[in-house]
Amino acid sequence: MNTQAICNSFKADCMRGYHALAATEIRATTTKDTIKAALYLASATINKNTTAYTATGEVTGTNYTAGGVVVTNATAPALDVDTAHWTPSASIVFTNVTLSTNFDAVLLYNDTFTTKRAISVHTFGNQTVTTGDFTITMPVNDGTTGLLRAA
Amino acid sequence: MAGDKKHLRGCYGIMITTTKGMMDETLLDKKEGFEENDEGTIHWIEYREKGEDEIIHRSVHIELKEGVELIPQVETL
Repeated sequence: MNTQAICNSFKADCMRGYHALAATEIRATTTKDTIKAALYLASATINKNTTAYTATGEVTGTNYTAGGVVVTNATAPALDVDTAHWTPSASIVFTNVTLSTNFDAVLLYNDTFTTKRAISVHTFGNQTVTTGDFTITMPVNDGTTGLLRAA
Repeated sequence: MAGDKKHLRGCYGIMITTTKGMMDETLLDKKEGFEENDEGTIHWIEYREKGEDEIIHRSVHIELKEGVELIPQVETL
């Protein structure tokens, strides 16, 4: 008997960029893209409707560079039973920063292309940092808790 | 937290990065806290000069509990 479904392989393949169901950017190489993480003020409006990285509402402060930091990406998207998942392979660290205004979100986005398209937004409650590190440790990379999942 | 402390062998204890430069931890008041919300657990460390209110170092470590999920759906023909 046949069963209607989105194929599991498609879920992970989408994360890997195997399918282009509309006109896409021309890729010069087959290497993986550079993913970056940027922090946003609690007063910003970064959410599911965010389409690309924006400097509007981004934190500013000592040792913080606009655009954020590169995310370590050493582990390819994979399938855990029916769920595709991907998680950065190391913590995201903003080193020795001073961020005095409350911030509460990090935006992951694709920095390889000029359009810097948004991937996901993760919130964590209001924070400030003074001459210290701000570290975001990733959840377990599986189909239950991975940072990005397609069920 | 990693990167915040420099271990200098010899006459100093743990050195802390502060708004006033590197300072010996023994000269500072340290306050730590743990919080938990729906998104994750938060561990923060603050340092003040002894007897002072001004925070001269604050670092934060967040452990995310889980990410976000896309639920694809397919329509019947």
